[in-house]
Amino acid sequence: METFLAYLNEAPGTVLPGLMFYVLAIVLLYAGVMVITARNPVHSVLFLILAFFNAAGLFLLLGAEFIAMLLVIVYVGAVAVLFLFVVMMLDIDFEQLRKGFVRNLPLGLLAGVVLAAQGIMFAISWSFAEGAKEGKGPTVLSSATNTEQIGQVLYTHYMLPFQVAGLVLLVAMIGAIVLTHRGNTGVKRQKVAAQNSRRPADVLKLNSVNPGEGV
Amino acid sequence: MPYIPYLGEYFPVLIFLAIAVVLSSAMVGMAYLVARQKPDKEKNSAYECGFEAFDSARRRFDVRYYLVAILFIIFDLEVAFLFPWAITLDDGSVFAFWSMMVFLGVLTIGFIYEWKKGALEWE
Repeated sequence: METFLAYLNEAPGTVLPGLMFYVLAIVLLYAGVMVITARNPVHSVLFLILAFFNAAGLFLLLGAEFIAMLLVIVYVGAVAVLFLFVVMMLDIDFEQLRKGFVRNLPLGLLAGVVLAAQGIMFAISWSFAEGAKEGKGPTVLSSATNTEQIGQVLYTHYMLPFQVAGLVLLVAMIGAIVLTHRGNTGVKRQKVAAQNSRRPADVLKLNSVNPGEGV
Repeated sequence: MPYIPYLGEYFPVLIFLAIAVVLSSAMVGMAYLVARQKPDKEKNSAYECGFEAFDSARRRFDVRYYLVAILFIIFDLEVAFLFPWAITLDDGSVFAFWSMMVFLGVLTIGFIYEWKKGALEWE
């Protein structure tokens, strides 16, 4: 809050980015809560899409333009579709699943408490970098755009993680094919060479038929 | 919050969003407030061309849709990686160029595999 007020005082533009942060963050939290509380799993996925959009807006405010656009293209455009497919494919009776809610409550609470404790411990032990507490955001060294800055280091300095990402994608591709592809039977393929080398004389016979006589 | 120079360029998007929110909530809200509502069981039931619904809309469907979607994601990501590479090409880093070529080569192996396996064919 303190840094936000300081920002309002020295804002070079308007108060709009600060205001948008709160709007996006509130809608993001609301959507996140709705993802886990919505009765209909399809509604959960739709709220997840809303959460992705708001997170993209937050990334924009941080100056991570490329990540923001990636979030919209990859997460909203592709991952959310996969989630919908999984919801539709599993054929789970969700009302049936909810019946054990009270019975499993202690277990769920235990997991939640452990997760919360870990998060709190992580937050306490977090040490801020020099000057980070002033809320100045990431240090921008060059005047290049965000996407250019990523391009300058991703393919050279971070070559190994980049190539490993390629291998992970390859594994995902082959894994998906091995797990779900059942071999196509009865596929009618085009045989271009055979189709082009077919001669009319081989397949076509012209009969001269007189009227009323038939073939 | 840091000052982002390009943020002003997104202001039209904000205006667009504001208009969309106001317009859509006005349409739904006015229909809710103004229109006369007398719901009954028949009105609230799903209408399916005049006959009773055959079964639940929550039907399982073929796993092949999932395969197409996951292959789409992978090539989507591949293209996403191309953007920062393309705009920094004129920096003159030969290493960066070949780094991307190896990346594309690895994914092309997967592409050839899926083509030969017939995973792109439907029936």
